[in-house]
Amino acid sequence: MTTLQLEVTAISDASAQVRTLTLARPNRSWLPSFTPGSHLVLECGPSVNAYSLIGDSQMPVSYTVSVLRLPTGRGGSSWLHERRPGDFVTARPPRSMFPPMQNARRHLLIAGGIGVTPILSHLRAAARWGHQAEVLYSHRPGVGAHLEELRELAPGSLRCFTRRGEFLTALQESLGRQPMGTHLYCCGPEAFMDAVCRGAEELGWPEGRIHTERFGSDALDPGAPFEVVLRDSQRTVTVAPGRSMLEALEETGIPVPNLCRQGFCGECRIPVTAGTPLHRDHYLEDQEKAANDSLMCCVSRAQTDVLEVPL
Amino acid sequence: MNTVVASDLVSTFPFPFPQDTYRYSTNVERAAAAVETSAGQWGEGVVHIDSEYARELAERQAVLARDPSRLQVLPHMRPAAWDAMLTIMRELAFAHPEQMTLGREGEAFVWTNRLLGIEERFTYGDDATLPAEPLKFIGAQVQEDIALLDQREGQLYVDAGLVTFAADWSFGFDVGMSFLEIHGPVPRVHQAGVIARAQKFLMRLQADEPYRRTNWSLTVGRRLDVSTETYPEWGPDRTRILTVDDDAFGAEVHLRVEVQHLVRLPESGSVMFLIRTYLLPLEAIAEVEPWRARLRAVLAELPEDMADYKGFIGYRDRAVQWLSDRVLDKD
Repeated sequence: MTTLQLEVTAISDASAQVRTLTLARPNRSWLPSFTPGSHLVLECGPSVNAYSLIGDSQMPVSYTVSVLRLPTGRGGSSWLHERRPGDFVTARPPRSMFPPMQNARRHLLIAGGIGVTPILSHLRAAARWGHQAEVLYSHRPGVGAHLEELRELAPGSLRCFTRRGEFLTALQESLGRQPMGTHLYCCGPEAFMDAVCRGAEELGWPEGRIHTERFGSDALDPGAPFEVVLRDSQRTVTVAPGRSMLEALEETGIPVPNLCRQGFCGECRIPVTAGTPLHRDHYLEDQEKAANDSLMCCVSRAQTDVLEVPL
Repeated sequence: MNTVVASDLVSTFPFPFPQDTYRYSTNVERAAAAVETSAGQWGEGVVHIDSEYARELAERQAVLARDPSRLQVLPHMRPAAWDAMLTIMRELAFAHPEQMTLGREGEAFVWTNRLLGIEERFTYGDDATLPAEPLKFIGAQVQEDIALLDQREGQLYVDAGLVTFAADWSFGFDVGMSFLEIHGPVPRVHQAGVIARAQKFLMRLQADEPYRRTNWSLTVGRRLDVSTETYPEWGPDRTRILTVDDDAFGAEVHLRVEVQHLVRLPESGSVMFLIRTYLLPLEAIAEVEPWRARLRAVLAELPEDMADYKGFIGYRDRAVQWLSDRVLDKD
């Protein structure tokens, strides 16, 4: 798989817990363009994490990501916070899972906390192409990241909230006032996105007009332990809570093709010959999930105590 | 043999048959890898310039001048058109670094095409900085037809393009339709799930991984524009060809191969089809024995409905006979 070796060229603090890293090729040549809302998968010490790209998307000379430090996570965000200019980070090419809809009449962008990062990228695109956009940004007092850039990109159409009640009132009003053909994009904590989606659905927004970026700062539930019987290698591995089946297989020396490690890209699909998977990915179609004969081993686990796979 | 075919048109011809039978399939493979053929090789790049460059570009301009509907960009596809132009420029510069360069001066891009004496400085996204709209500008510099597909609500829609060399279809009629609608008339593929699978594949294309596929037919004459719009001009050839002598038949009937490159445009997220059409007369095919034998076998076995849809049911048997006879000629 292609990876990019990127040098940290600048560091700044977007808020108390959010550090913005600028990454470039050692020779500063062009990096691949990306679709607004794309993420970059970074190998960050103890883990592999995905971060939304927030900078210019067309043949950029650098990529910019903003990293919220999560003291309770696997340590990837802290590792990134410790990088210094001149350090190198391995990145996988940008992946688009949250694109703006080209034919939208209007873009309603709703951000919660660090979920502002892909929203910033969407807003940049809207400004470039002269698309109508409106932004609602909910954050805790004093820790709103990227406020200045948002104000520059959306003069007059940005509203920020530090109180939940005020945000919900404004959300309700905004959802009810958008013209037909508006698309809604939301990124933030799961509960935040659920509230926004519920609000939109209650007001009759069609499902196809509502877009969410589902992997943000929230880690998946660590899950219960289960055993994986490797039919061909005649071994059994245990997947502990908080560890993925993919990680467990890799530790056993069994390589599995993978890319995003977040249940989106479809690379790490493996067949299941016995037991019932607990699907937690965003890749498999409903009928494929129902068949229970394969799973995305980066995020999915088991409903049964044991899964058997032909590896 | 009466006609002279430039040697590069044979050596880079993408002969499309890996076996003696042909059926529709989701025949996609990673792009930008050379394929060896019995006469040379093809497929190193995503765009391909050959000795027909000037002639085909002139042909495209003439078609476009007669019928401006061959170029259409629905309003929401403006970002995709810019993205397509820049992507094609990068591919050209990559494939032909001596003649084509894409550079940057501050915020401006500088594009140079020495084959055509073009040097343009432009600001990305600003139509006023180009001599023509992006698709028209770049379409005048590549032999490929271009179709741009918007991805929305679980489907692809052909919402922009510059298509002057359509093989028996109409871009003007199809623009705005979904991928599934456009392929509605193709026999067999729907029962086999080929089109639905192809769409699913296209929807998961990633920007750094272009793919390609081939398609083929037979065409009478070295004629690129066999679109529905000009049917009255070329339709009668399909029956007239039965009346010509063998030498004329071999010179006039061409194996028509499309190499379609499937590219996810990185910034707009649209899917770009680059459709490059290659034509080689049967008399040139017959000079390469494995090609002659393979094409004869494929044509002889091809089911009626497919030969009918591809438009050569009327002269298929004659083509098979012609290709069979060429072996005897050589004995």
